[in-house]
Amino acid sequence: MNLNRRTFFQVAGAAGAVALCPTRKASASTGDAALNAERRAVLVDTTKCIGCRACEAACAETNTLPGPAMLDDPAVFNSRRTMDTRTYTVVNRAEKPGNTAPERFIKRQCMHCVEPACASACLVRALDKTPTGPVVYHKDRCLGCRYCMVACPFDVPKYEYDTPLPFVQKCHFCADRQAKGEAPACASVCPSGALTFGKREPLLDMARERIYAPRATYVRHIYGEHEVGGTSWLYLTDVPFEKLGLPTGLGTYAYSSLAQASLAAVPFVLTLWPPLLMGLYTFSKRRDDVGASDAHEQEVHHE
Amino acid sequence: MSSPTASALDSRNWIEEKFFLGMSFWDYLRSLATPGNFVAGLIMAVGIPLIVYRFAAGLGATTNLSQTNPWGIWIGFDMLSGVALAAGGYTIATSVYIFGLKEYHPIVRPAVLTGFLGYLFAVLGLTADLGRPWNLPVPLFFSWGGPSVMFEIAWCVVLYLTVLGMEFLPPVFEWLEWPRARRIAVNMTIGLTVAGVMLSTLHQSSLGGLFLMAPTKLHPLWYSPFIPAYFFISSIAAGLSMVIVESALSHRAFQSRADHTVNVDTLAIGLARGASVVLFCYFFVKVQGIADSGRWSLLNTGYGYWFLVEMLGFILLPSLLFAYGARHRKTALVRWTAAWVVLGIIVNRLNVSVIAMNWNVPDRYIPSFTEVMVSITLVTIGISTFRWIVNRMPVLQELPEYREH
Repeated sequence: MNLNRRTFFQVAGAAGAVALCPTRKASASTGDAALNAERRAVLVDTTKCIGCRACEAACAETNTLPGPAMLDDPAVFNSRRTMDTRTYTVVNRAEKPGNTAPERFIKRQCMHCVEPACASACLVRALDKTPTGPVVYHKDRCLGCRYCMVACPFDVPKYEYDTPLPFVQKCHFCADRQAKGEAPACASVCPSGALTFGKREPLLDMARERIYAPRATYVRHIYGEHEVGGTSWLYLTDVPFEKLGLPTGLGTYAYSSLAQASLAAVPFVLTLWPPLLMGLYTFSKRRDDVGASDAHEQEVHHE
Repeated sequence: MSSPTASALDSRNWIEEKFFLGMSFWDYLRSLATPGNFVAGLIMAVGIPLIVYRFAAGLGATTNLSQTNPWGIWIGFDMLSGVALAAGGYTIATSVYIFGLKEYHPIVRPAVLTGFLGYLFAVLGLTADLGRPWNLPVPLFFSWGGPSVMFEIAWCVVLYLTVLGMEFLPPVFEWLEWPRARRIAVNMTIGLTVAGVMLSTLHQSSLGGLFLMAPTKLHPLWYSPFIPAYFFISSIAAGLSMVIVESALSHRAFQSRADHTVNVDTLAIGLARGASVVLFCYFFVKVQGIADSGRWSLLNTGYGYWFLVEMLGFILLPSLLFAYGARHRKTALVRWTAAWVVLGIIVNRLNVSVIAMNWNVPDRYIPSFTEVMVSITLVTIGISTFRWIVNRMPVLQELPEYREH
């Protein structure tokens, strides 16, 4: 008996132990109609933004972050700023496509993707998509692996490199305010109507009405409707999106689906390798035993 | 009846025999004063305080990582390269125990030990890289990030490190002279080997799978939906080459400890034959990846030339050299080629994680002195641990009383 009972149980046990590892559940998928209806979003109409940066100030205040620098100084727009660990949102001036083109500003912050790459990258669900839209951060779980930063196509998560006890920082869509039925701080203070907070589906309808209206000068595209599977922050503009500094060419699929191809191999490896390897083991063991008994027989014949 | 002084003498002898190589404590200390140990000690004297400083001051003060480049050589070298080069453990164990290639049995133990230490120091390097390493139990027990590739890797690496540790128990028990415990450990061999192949298949490929979610950041010549397959296939070549290099070095360095009836030259030739075929497959799978994306024109760019250096210089060339060396039994050529492949694997892992990453962004990452020094220190501690174990436990030779298994 080559494949003895002990070996069999070892292999069965090893296979079983690994198979008991948690199975993967897809994150909140786009398919659920009831969820879709509840999802909150902000429509950013860059043609209405006046670059006052009241949203930056409100964000800093509600999150007790240092107030925005050079608040009343237009020179702040001379360089394109990015978010950092103490700044969850920034307003930048768009590059002018031509001298006669209007001056445009764009507010940047976490896009709160419908199927966020960061959340599907996170091994501890420290970054987590809530059903109504915000991608929130449970800092007590975070390992600081920074895979969210690698995965995020918008380079949103920022890391506190300057401390030995670092966290990841990013806009959380004022999830606490939203839970109380309030709009995010930035949207609630916007004086020009550039930021509209509401449910995502009606906002998309509103966006379509604007861009397809007669004599509308908008680029006929709602940035964020389909980008990386859809985002909670939706942008309208009348200058090319590249000039606003929004990344183009991201694709219309959720980045979490890219990793699913790799994860799909898991059940096959766990179920196919053990029988295959044990089969090979049994063959090679049998070959050795037959070889050994042949050699023995030959010795006997010689005598 | 033994007097208390006699038993104290016994235990002292036992410690001297097991830990001080049969010398008294002071003789043993004196025997450590060798040039090799001096260099290793110097590296550790610089590196270990730097590791302490990293935990005290944080990553910003010690690394050149940035918001644009969150991963540096502690991921690209310590983790990705370390794990790939530690693949010898499962490759050789599978060849011997599953495929029944018994002639490689004498190199199973050094391969498993190299694998175990490779993983151990990859994980230690990772702890330095993680911002909050004390949360490592969170993904294992408290909060499961099911859809994350990183989650799969965390579980596989922890389980596989355990498997490698258990696979290395027989020589430990032989050293401690615990024959019954050894018997139990030996009986687990097949189960552990199968578990090792399953776990290695999963996490070796998933380390490549990490980059599937960075289609806009990783250069298109390196980004491919097949990247998990690239990582897995190349880990086999890496493991085989590492075993060739390691067995050549250790049979030279530990002559008194080595089994001189084992012909490491013949084994190296056989391993080279295998590595040649694997590298050849790897080359064509990579070519298929370019064909799939249709981005041939990118080859005629700066990054394209560097990609060709990797493809032709570090994959196709060593594949052909292995084949030539194996056919004409040129052992020296085979060993140099193996070292070249080891270097090539490191180049590939650094390409994917650092060099071709964020290729279209002006903010480039160059490792800091601390980052390089910590990586060198971890490798040095790893080699020193390998030496410590090989000098005490039956790794390179089999004790005559246990020869049948």
